[in-house]
Amino acid sequence: MRLTHRRLRGIAGMFIAGAVVVGLGACAGSDDPGTSAAEAGPEGIDDGSTLTLWTRAPLEKQANLLVDAYNETHENQVELTVVPNDDYVAKVGAAAGSGGLPDLFAADIVYVPNWVEQGLFQDITDNIDGLDFKDEINKGHLSAGTYEGGEYVLPFVLDLSMLFWNKELFAEAGLDPDVAPANMEEYAEAAKAVQALDKPDTYGTATGLACGGCLVFTWFPSIWADGQEVLSDDGTESLLASDTAKSVYDTWRDLWESGAVLPSSQDEAGPTWTAAFTEGNVGLMFYPATLLSSTPFDAGVAGIPGPEGGASTFVGGDGIGISKDSDKAAQAWNFLNWMMSEEAQVGVLAANNDVVSRGDLAVNEYSEADERLVTINEVAAQGDTPVAINFQQAFNAPNSPWLTMVRNAVLEGTDTVDADNEEITAILSQ
Amino acid sequence: MTTTAPPARATRPRSTPQRRRQARQGWLYALPTTLFVALLFFAPLLLVFQMSASDWPLLSGNQGLNFPENYTDAVTNRFFMDSVWFTLLYTVLTTVILLALSLGLAMLVQESSRWKGFLRTSFLVPSALGLASASLLFYVLYSPFAGPFADLMQAWGFTFLGTPEGALWSTIFLIVWRFAGFYMLLMLVGLQGISEDVYEAARIDGASRFQIFRSITLPLLRPTLALTTVLCVTGSLLAFEQFYILTKGGPDNSTITVVQLIYNIAFQGQNDLGVAAALSVIVLAALVVVNIVQIRAFARKED
Repeated sequence: MRLTHRRLRGIAGMFIAGAVVVGLGACAGSDDPGTSAAEAGPEGIDDGSTLTLWTRAPLEKQANLLVDAYNETHENQVELTVVPNDDYVAKVGAAAGSGGLPDLFAADIVYVPNWVEQGLFQDITDNIDGLDFKDEINKGHLSAGTYEGGEYVLPFVLDLSMLFWNKELFAEAGLDPDVAPANMEEYAEAAKAVQALDKPDTYGTATGLACGGCLVFTWFPSIWADGQEVLSDDGTESLLASDTAKSVYDTWRDLWESGAVLPSSQDEAGPTWTAAFTEGNVGLMFYPATLLSSTPFDAGVAGIPGPEGGASTFVGGDGIGISKDSDKAAQAWNFLNWMMSEEAQVGVLAANNDVVSRGDLAVNEYSEADERLVTINEVAAQGDTPVAINFQQAFNAPNSPWLTMVRNAVLEGTDTVDADNEEITAILSQ
Repeated sequence: MTTTAPPARATRPRSTPQRRRQARQGWLYALPTTLFVALLFFAPLLLVFQMSASDWPLLSGNQGLNFPENYTDAVTNRFFMDSVWFTLLYTVLTTVILLALSLGLAMLVQESSRWKGFLRTSFLVPSALGLASASLLFYVLYSPFAGPFADLMQAWGFTFLGTPEGALWSTIFLIVWRFAGFYMLLMLVGLQGISEDVYEAARIDGASRFQIFRSITLPLLRPTLALTTVLCVTGSLLAFEQFYILTKGGPDNSTITVVQLIYNIAFQGQNDLGVAAALSVIVLAALVVVNIVQIRAFARKED
């Protein structure tokens, strides 16, 4: 115990900015390991325990809905902590080192393979195998959370990247507001058409050119839509210098040069990358489907096309598991089991225009009311989730080689994709 | 007391009950400070040294010895040299601008009698704001999307944080705005410590304003200048919050400071506390050297 505190103090002292904040209380009394999730049976235990749950800010809305609905109907009470996106890895890392992880915590699905390998989650294979709808659970999330045959993670919230367009601006620009651009060329034409309206503060399209995560989320699908891969199967080699990939960068280079991209996209590091579209000032954009319910105007939704057409999506969002430090695994499983139930998936997520993580519930009473939800659920089946151990360093980090490559190709127009791609591989293969 | 004692015993103090009590009291007085320093300074420092010599991933803890590798990894990091150069450039620019400006402000405030209170307060107000809060304030001011200058930036086709030079100068502006008042106050204290008699004597001798400044103010202000330079250089070499919030090292990795590199290695991707600690130790060593050199330089001139 004392050692743990000292170690924490050491970390805090070392990083002069004092970026580490940890709930020290969580390491109290861990002598009693509690009932394991598997022993407690398929339902887990609902005995009025208090469970802690951490998630990151972009999924705050969905997490709040799920937690509130669970707390209302169960003896167990979940205490939710929402952490800013940029601080999440640091917070989880510090807690993992000191044995202070919460009972349940969600993780960006691209970090899940690494975190599972590092042993941050408990093995819940028996419980997951016991679910009679196991084959219907989103494959991308399940496989990201599978390590050496054990299953550790369930999908918490699915976030899909989709092509959204502003129907009003489309109509003004003389485009058909009910038809989505079928390929990247048509996408660029539509953006330029909206730009040509020359309305103040209105732009053809927008993206986050200083936000590695945003670019991964919205540009990988264009490559998948053409049947190409972005990473080798084992996640140690980058295939982002293929002809398809180069064609995607060229389209964006062309859009940037033509002035049809929101200028602040150049330095957009993430916090406001969707804001201009949400305010109705952008014609069309690759956009997160979780924001469907908070988009106030009439927006069309389709899968993200590639240079040759097709449709794909990045099956992102967060996976959730029981932490290695939890001594209430049986109670935590009760939450996870409920979360996967029809009651939670349809009654909470679908009712709020969010994507369900079970294929058999894709068509439900709410999706029938809004055909865009059917589109999203259909495209989800064609989507992909990249798996790589060093994903964060290669793509999401602010100084990642992926950002360097995109910025060189789109903003500078240098012909350095092949060389920059080798930098990505160098990090992936470490 | 010991004059009558035989020489052999004089070298060692006699162990009387009174002496023992005094010694115990002495240790008791020193104890709080000793504990404080040991727990909050030496323990973390030792841990950093241990970390820097160990394979220590963020998520899985200590994995055993990894001695010279952490240090070679730290200095061969692809951003190491860039971040060192950038930190030095930033330090020189900030120190020169900040000290010149704060000395100017202090003399202005001292000269003006009518607006003294108002000026002093207005220069000092930004110092009441935390650095992180001030950075957030400027993040919004500089934002090409949400800031008040958004229209202006659009019309003139530039962004504050969009180019490497723009990001550097925008950050320096924030730091000058935030710290000028604080350094002005230090300078003011120094200026007030110079006796009015010296100035009067100089004026009677017919010295011009510039001569007075060069031959009286500057030399007599040396202790203050030494203090402010050491503070400013050390603070700038450890710059982190302002860049973390404003630029995150961008655009195109042009504004990565050394401390930011430490943070990135530890928490943003590589997640390797061992290499981050190795870099911290290198920075610590560099800081010790820099400060010894500075203090020596100022002290020698004084002799």
